[in-house]
Amino acid sequence: MQQIVKVSGLSKQFGSFTAVDQLSFSVEEGDVYGFLGQNGAGKSTTIRMLLSLITPTEGNMELFGLPLQSHRKEILQQIGAVIEKPDVYKYLSAYENLKLFARLSGIKPTRTVLMNQLELVGLADRAHDIVKTFSQGMKQRLGIGIALVHNPQLIVLDEPTNGLDPQGIADIRNLILFLSREQKKTVIVSSHLLNEIEQIATRILIIDKGKKLVEGTASTLINAEQAILEMEVSNKESANRILASSEWSNQLLPEREGKLLVKIKRSDIPAFNRMLASNGVDIYSLASRNNLEDYFLQVTAGKQYVGTFTN
Amino acid sequence: MKSTIVKLFLLTSFAFLGVVSAGAQDMNALVMKVKAKLDKVKDYTADGKMKTDVAFIKAPIGKVKVFFKSPDKFKLQRDGGISVLPKGGVSINIGSMVMQTGFVAIDAGMSTVQNLPVRVVKLLPNADAGDIILSTLYIDEQNLLIRKSVTTTRENGTYEMELIYGKYDEYGLPDKVIFSFNAKDYKLPKGITLEFDDTDKAIKDKMKGRKGRVEINYSSYTINTGLSNSIFNNQ
Amino acid sequence: MWEHLQIELYKVFKRPRTYLSFAAITALIGVIQLGLWVDGKEYADFVMADFASSFSVDGKILNGYFICYVILQLLLVHVPLLIALIAADMISGEANMGTLRLLMTKPQSRTSIVLAKFLASSIYTVLLLIWIAIMGLFLSMLIFGTDDLFLMKSSYVVIVKESDVFWRYAGAFCFAALAMITVAALGFLLSFFAENSIGPIVATMSVIIVSTILSTMNIPLFNLIKPYLFTTHMITWKEFFDFKVNDANEAIIGSIQNPQKIVQSASILFIHIVLFVGTAIALFRKKDILS
Repeated sequence: MQQIVKVSGLSKQFGSFTAVDQLSFSVEEGDVYGFLGQNGAGKSTTIRMLLSLITPTEGNMELFGLPLQSHRKEILQQIGAVIEKPDVYKYLSAYENLKLFARLSGIKPTRTVLMNQLELVGLADRAHDIVKTFSQGMKQRLGIGIALVHNPQLIVLDEPTNGLDPQGIADIRNLILFLSREQKKTVIVSSHLLNEIEQIATRILIIDKGKKLVEGTASTLINAEQAILEMEVSNKESANRILASSEWSNQLLPEREGKLLVKIKRSDIPAFNRMLASNGVDIYSLASRNNLEDYFLQVTAGKQYVGTFTN
Repeated sequence: MKSTIVKLFLLTSFAFLGVVSAGAQDMNALVMKVKAKLDKVKDYTADGKMKTDVAFIKAPIGKVKVFFKSPDKFKLQRDGGISVLPKGGVSINIGSMVMQTGFVAIDAGMSTVQNLPVRVVKLLPNADAGDIILSTLYIDEQNLLIRKSVTTTRENGTYEMELIYGKYDEYGLPDKVIFSFNAKDYKLPKGITLEFDDTDKAIKDKMKGRKGRVEINYSSYTINTGLSNSIFNNQ
Repeated sequence: MWEHLQIELYKVFKRPRTYLSFAAITALIGVIQLGLWVDGKEYADFVMADFASSFSVDGKILNGYFICYVILQLLLVHVPLLIALIAADMISGEANMGTLRLLMTKPQSRTSIVLAKFLASSIYTVLLLIWIAIMGLFLSMLIFGTDDLFLMKSSYVVIVKESDVFWRYAGAFCFAALAMITVAALGFLLSFFAENSIGPIVATMSVIIVSTILSTMNIPLFNLIKPYLFTTHMITWKEFFDFKVNDANEAIIGSIQNPQKIVQSASILFIHIVLFVGTAIALFRKKDILS
């Protein structure tokens, strides 16, 4: 497997603000690489650095085995990207936009190729309408069409589901799967909505405040020893008091939707349950969550939690 | 109008023919002899080039065509282009005044013009009403040619005209006429011209105190072909 | 680079805004021509009022050449706005629309993107001037005919022979193109500092208006900085309409009174263009695209 992206020690500072801090990761050929983090975690800055929109303060980036700085043109020829909103020239038609960006990508497509591309993203019947009249979803599809028109190796999608309805979100998910499985493309997709990513990503990087929290395959991350216990209890105050003096006192997470959250080893769950019950706390529901969204919450929010308590 | 120079030329060539007063009989005789010579030309057409030489006017040389028919019909026609001539309603008034009331001709001695000896004759109008105060003619007695004239007016200062003869001197027609006058300077507000720079001081100094001149160089005359009056109609 | 220039031109000429400028020029010139057609004599009398008291001017003053001079004099003050409308929008407009980041992820060097964009705005500027030439010069020549060009300068009068005029207009238009490309370069540079187009357009116009006022006012303090303002040199096209005279004060056909002034102004404008565009390239190469 070829390493498509190799990033090491990447940092970006805007004035005194550190947006990305000593970030290292790598993307292998064929990966659907999920790039996760809350808003402002540094995902966009990192992606923009990968696309040479932003110059890093320090660190190295290699794509397709070439240093980005010295081989910018060759590398960008192999990348298709949609960054945040899929903005295109509103006063041009879908066809004109596609043709224009194809030429900028260094190819001279025939009319058939362009129309096929529009067909692929479901815009063939609107090919000659100006983009001003398009819905958000249509613009998104056109943006993806533009990203793919020059048949790039690597596709970078920054928050591709932003502003889309559930159907649009599902379409994007299917498209990513299609690109990965049928066309054997490498995809980097970022999002703060993690349940979207967990279904498609083969590997996941979670960052927070510009720092890498964890990187790994989706299955290893999900099957981690740790679980998150979500509980509805009769008396939250006494439950909290009891937990604070227990061996799990450091593992309490912030409440969510009125439910208590505890980060806990799977093997400890029965003992934990018994301890609460024996101290007179009635438990109405108890759920062990270990999907990616919870994991994400666990590592990002948990970090905040720990931070708060150690201060 | 171009008529200024034209009429003045007309005046100096022909107007004095109306001088009848006594005062200096030999001067009168001289003037009559000049008239006799000029009378040989009943009409003519001439091609010429006109140059306007005023310090603050930059103009190219323009082609003109001149028509004359005895006794007083005169027309200067531009051959395209734009011409600038000093203004002054003097000429027409002189012309009519001379014709009607006449002048007193006074001998003012000898002088030289173009290195030739000339008789200076001063013409004083009989009436005070006109614009002309004094007219001085410099007459070449030998060839019966007027070589120069100076006319002082009430309103428009002094005009000077020099006539240089060549091929057509037997008809009393000049090859070149130089008309000099005092040109009044003018100034335009910059808002109109939208110019940011001041004119170079050197150029300005050069412009100061220079007399304005208009020169007409005649290249050829066609004489006594019986010009129709209609040519002068639209003037 | 050539490819990218074509694309930039394609974008410029696909925008309705571009044609607005051409329409505006057509309307402005049409109004001037109509005005002079109807009331030209009064305008000429007004301009010549002082002069006409001691001289009479004979001939067809209100000919096509004169009309074009009036048009250029009036229009070249306003055309910078139309140029800023496009040039100051070249980068900021794309940043605003969001297309800049997509554009910048394409395999094109940043320098070539900037140069292509600047060249596209220059070509637009030149086309605008060609349009002014067609409407202001050729149409005026057709409507009003041609004759000698009679011009009142602030302290003297120039009459340019009919046969000696046209090449002067060719020169004047070339010079005007250089001056207007300087405006385009300024607008272009300013468009790097904003993510909307209004800011740079207004900023470009402000710079030009303030500099023009400084250039026009005859105040000793301002006179010191005048030679360094590019607006002072933008009107040097007028030098094409002044010729040398010989010792006998005869016009020397085909001459220019101050050719060194034209060369000097052109050089200063050219230096401005290089500076503006050079700065733009330097900035853009380092710029983080955050829009």
